[in-house]
Amino acid sequence: MSVRVGKTSTAPAFPIAAHKALANQQLRANVARATNTIRGKRAIRVEEMPDWQALRQSASDIKSHTLAHLDHYLTEFERNCEAAGGKVHWARDADEANKIAVDIIRQYGGTEVIKVKTMTSDEVQMNVALEAAGITPIETDLADMIVQMGHDEPSHIVVPALHKNRFEIAEIFRRTMNLPDLTATPEDLTAAARAYLRDRFLRVKIGISGANFAVAETGAICVVESEGNGRMCVTMPDVLITLVGVEKVVPTFQDLEVFLQLLPRSATGERMNPYNSFWTGVTPGDGPQAFHIILLDNGRTAQLLDERERETLACIRCGACLNACPVYRETGGNAYGSIYAGPIGAILSPQLQNLQHSRSLPYASTLCGACYEVCPVKINIPETLIHLRGRIVREDQKTLTGKLAPENIAMQFAAKIFLSHRRYEAAQKLARSGQLLFERKGQLTNLPGMAGGWTKYRDLKPIPKSSFRDWWKAREKGETQ
Amino acid sequence: MKIALFVACYNDTLFPETGIAVTRVLERLGHTVTFPIEQTCCGQMHYNTGYHGEAVPLVRRFVQMFRDAEAVCVPSASCVAMMREHYELMAERENDPAFLADVRSLLPRVFEFSELLVNRLGVEDVGAYFADTVTYHPSCHSLRMLHVGEAPKKLLRAVEGLTLIELPNQEQCCGFGGTFAVKNADVSAAMLTAKDACVIETGANVVTALDNSCLMQIYGGLHRSGSPVRTMHLAEILAGEAAR
Repeated sequence: MSVRVGKTSTAPAFPIAAHKALANQQLRANVARATNTIRGKRAIRVEEMPDWQALRQSASDIKSHTLAHLDHYLTEFERNCEAAGGKVHWARDADEANKIAVDIIRQYGGTEVIKVKTMTSDEVQMNVALEAAGITPIETDLADMIVQMGHDEPSHIVVPALHKNRFEIAEIFRRTMNLPDLTATPEDLTAAARAYLRDRFLRVKIGISGANFAVAETGAICVVESEGNGRMCVTMPDVLITLVGVEKVVPTFQDLEVFLQLLPRSATGERMNPYNSFWTGVTPGDGPQAFHIILLDNGRTAQLLDERERETLACIRCGACLNACPVYRETGGNAYGSIYAGPIGAILSPQLQNLQHSRSLPYASTLCGACYEVCPVKINIPETLIHLRGRIVREDQKTLTGKLAPENIAMQFAAKIFLSHRRYEAAQKLARSGQLLFERKGQLTNLPGMAGGWTKYRDLKPIPKSSFRDWWKAREKGETQ
Repeated sequence: MKIALFVACYNDTLFPETGIAVTRVLERLGHTVTFPIEQTCCGQMHYNTGYHGEAVPLVRRFVQMFRDAEAVCVPSASCVAMMREHYELMAERENDPAFLADVRSLLPRVFEFSELLVNRLGVEDVGAYFADTVTYHPSCHSLRMLHVGEAPKKLLRAVEGLTLIELPNQEQCCGFGGTFAVKNADVSAAMLTAKDACVIETGANVVTALDNSCLMQIYGGLHRSGSPVRTMHLAEILAGEAAR
């Protein structure tokens, strides 16, 4: 089995990608503006809910119960979905999911497909696989369309083109839609997208969607969206293929009363999404007459083994943690090198791939806790980041390079020093004399090694001549007050 | 009350004036302060960076040293967050019931400095005098893990001569994040720039917090950019007395 998440295997480490992103002032302005807007709207819609904390707890409980009995609920879903006329396929990894999708499309003689926003299809890089098989994927979510047309990568779970402003979008539309006179007014951009998309909705006979929820008790699928393109894609084509991560299942329809209050408020600051589409199997004479569901594992079941890692699978992809994260707000999503960016991406991407890739992401956080505070399903992201750092350190320490890494040596040394207050006091004295080499005008401004990362941007007061314990000891002896 | 001071290793080494101030404030209020001299580190740096095994002996050491204390005062919210968020979990993983029992018994007696004053000792006015303009940065760990809420601001408002100016966008992280500050120095500095701009916007002469780690970051940026704004731990402000 080969788990693949987007293009993480070739992505540069976060500090390197972040350095590049920070130099792009337009990108930073776009990200700051967009995240501020969504954050503000979310805050209003959360504030008005008296039972917000109780809802969060319910969501967390439902998810934790479901994930503990995932085998049961998935087979229940399969049974009910097939009884309603759907066909369930199981995919162990990205390659299997893509092969299943290509085979289904070929079976119906399709050469193009319309797609509703699905992060999972980006995870398995389905568009690449479809194009390789001679099938043209057409993204119909406005932001996904912008990303696809601009040969770009999504930078946000909910708002994939958040890093682009309307002037940049107009430029992409002018080029790809052959509309040289298109202005950058929202009305003109929307009209251009509408004309372009309507033609595709009417023409293309196969649709691909993701799912926000899969209901075990009925076999129903739920997709929520704002633009109506989703409703078009799941109702107009003759054939519908839905790609679902196995963690998306919930036990009952009633469970959605919790999630459909939490998700829109957290994601876009709306009380309810403009479009909430539910469908169960196939209805003769109404909607797609063939319905295929691909249930995707791609590293998820391995995450079930560890209780802390299992919690990550509760994510409902609202993106609230991205908007709240002070790191994401500086760098934007592309610096994470994964289609799953921000705090949730920093724990999800490395876990799905069993730490084979995205190893710098658990360190892309100050552990400030803003993500945990806004998470509608109460995923303790800071705790999981620390857990993953622990796994990475332990893995690295098994290799010679890891053992000899300056950080590991420094940490081992520090741990020994802290075990004896005499060694610790000796180290304090040593540091005081060592710093004399670097002191300039009463400040440390150019330290060597890892500490150079500090003085690159900040000054540091030198270590004072006398520590607190020196003062305390002197006072005990009656030398000072 | 007899209060054991865990000053925190970085305060001991880099910010001795904070420990001195804590001692002065508590003694002024009539309490006895003890300082177990064998103390070193709570294990936070190792634990948060992923060196979990290395942190365990440090945690055991801390618990052993303070297990019989009536109350432990820690002038560092992030160290207290380390204790409350992780000590129990670590003890459970060690599969050592005696260690776990000690942790569970000790934790309710551990207080961050402002918590100790306001919540445990019920004091808001510590009789301090500090004639200057001050803005308060709520450090992430004090805000979102310890939930100290208004305690530090209550203490500041009671200081004679002090003008408290609200910091804009105050709940945003300063970008320190322990080893994050050097591992992701570029992003850390970008976050710091935003924080320092807010500090300067207040026009206050002093920025204070419950964590010298954040203040070290904030100072580093302010001083590099030539700003004269000073950084002081809350305890240092509360230790201030009017000249007689």
